[in-house]
Amino acid sequence: MGMTMSQKILAAHAGLASVEAGQLIEARLDLVLGNDITAPVAIREFGRIGVEAVFDRKKIALVPDHFTPNKDIKSAEQCKMMRDFAHRMDIENYFEIGEMGIEHALIPERGLVLPGELVIGADSHTCTYGAAGAFSTGVGSTDMAAAMASGTAWFKVPAAIRVTLEGEMRGWTSGKDLILHLIGLIGVDGALYRSLEFAGPGVATLSMDERFTIANMAIEAGAKNGIFPVDEKTRAWAASVSSRPYTAVEPDADAVYERELRIDLSALTPTVAFPHLPSNTKSIGAAEKLRVDQVVIGSCTNGRIEDLRVAASILRGRRVAKGMRCIVFPATQEIYLAALREGLVEDLVKAGAVVSTPTCGPCLGGHMGILAKGERAIATTNRNFVGRMGHTESEVYLASPAVAAASALAGRLADPEEIMKAPGHGAFTKASTAAGTAAGTATAEREKA
Amino acid sequence: MKTRGKTFKYGDNIDTDVIIPARHLNSIDPAELASHCMEDIDKDFVSKVRKGDVIVGGSNFGCGSSREHAPIAIKASGVACVVASSFARIFYRNAINIGLPILECPEAVAAASSGDELEIDLSAGTIRNVTKGADFKAQPYPEFMRSIMDAGGLIEYTRSRLASKGAAAKTAR
Repeated sequence: MGMTMSQKILAAHAGLASVEAGQLIEARLDLVLGNDITAPVAIREFGRIGVEAVFDRKKIALVPDHFTPNKDIKSAEQCKMMRDFAHRMDIENYFEIGEMGIEHALIPERGLVLPGELVIGADSHTCTYGAAGAFSTGVGSTDMAAAMASGTAWFKVPAAIRVTLEGEMRGWTSGKDLILHLIGLIGVDGALYRSLEFAGPGVATLSMDERFTIANMAIEAGAKNGIFPVDEKTRAWAASVSSRPYTAVEPDADAVYERELRIDLSALTPTVAFPHLPSNTKSIGAAEKLRVDQVVIGSCTNGRIEDLRVAASILRGRRVAKGMRCIVFPATQEIYLAALREGLVEDLVKAGAVVSTPTCGPCLGGHMGILAKGERAIATTNRNFVGRMGHTESEVYLASPAVAAASALAGRLADPEEIMKAPGHGAFTKASTAAGTAAGTATAEREKA
Repeated sequence: MKTRGKTFKYGDNIDTDVIIPARHLNSIDPAELASHCMEDIDKDFVSKVRKGDVIVGGSNFGCGSSREHAPIAIKASGVACVVASSFARIFYRNAINIGLPILECPEAVAAASSGDELEIDLSAGTIRNVTKGADFKAQPYPEFMRSIMDAGGLIEYTRSRLASKGAAAKTAR
């Protein structure tokens, strides 16, 4: 019986010729990840195992990104616990402020995950690396602790749902809209315990940044992982971040999928997830144009350079609405630097947005943008649960960077198409923002001229 | 092992953000986490819960963040078992790994109301709703997960496995 991509990666790491859905296996790990919230619990538990060293000091990554720069004394103590452990164990991939970033943007950027690899992380959005054709999934702190000691983890081999993508997205529609649409279609437990495997001719039309956004939110459909086939774009990306060898994996032609979905990318529209579930989606055209207090652009979902280019292309030369708080978070220091070089930071600040150091802060109601009772935010983040970004009576609406930026200008939920067509607004296209650094810079210069 | 306690019933998709809000994740102390357990969905939970009580949830219980602080908070609050129609996978893993008993049983969930007295036999996987006078059988655990639970959790399981591997390596030498 044929195997899916996920099953093949798991089999290879378990030393088995084949595996099937439901089978419990123990597999060798290529990377074990933790952050300043989950690693402290893992470090405490690691201490109880009674081993003196981690299994491989090069295959553990510790990223202080959630409550950093340290938001209070207790957070500072947790970061210190993690930093001390990293030094004691001589962990190679510990990233201090100044070289860090939001873990799920940083790990791929540093070339710490490549196609065909197997990664677990004590953070639910570890599934992000499926964009690179890797099998990666979130676990808890105790799994992380055991993995740091043994270099292995147990897995129940997942069945898979194949999502075949056709056509090409239009206008301001992006990868975020695709994943919100998919979650709306199948529900927050629609892929529970399963792999979401993307396939079809539409994949080639998606940039790597978009694929990271899509795989990132697989967990929001309950999936164990989301994974993309390895194509020319993946290989070019891999070559740009690492010179390590890797073994890309393809699904067998007779792989068994529990369910098949088809999505016509050309039919997608900008999509918004209303409170309090990511599956509570509406097309922008059908969404009530509610007043908004805060816009957050960033996170492990949408804090990459293309996201900032899109946001800047909408905000450039305009002002955010009076009374609106617009907060932008580049996901890593490298992305921050690229945004500076391309003039995006200047565009954003001139428009009245604030640009923060990389942090998970506001996404999970940690710091740097907490909501008061009754306030409403549009965020490019990944969850809109009760109290996720602050008060239990605040609301979070999930959307793309384009919708978020347009809403920041309008002071209410807005369709980028409508905002950009308004009198006095120049004609921008998504294409001019997504064609790479050179094009981004050119756009920036054209707009300044 | 048998436990008996009162039911705290909640709906579908109970996420880890409401089980333990992120603003409290600057602590890893189980007692402190327990003092905020469920506070964003049920302010009275912490004052009312007693040792041996049971949380009953609908489908996809524990969805969202991977924070192990969620099952840790529930366990430290004295809850003896979580019964749900289904569990989100990371929460399921975490509960097994830290030794928080969980049972999957949609029928028992449908029948239970808040305040019902539940008697649970964890090794048999049976749930008796004493208030309603009804008996239910939960999904059995796979053998492998039983061995983790029997060891006392994943840490104990890993410790004994690594110790026996180490001993084997020494013998081989």
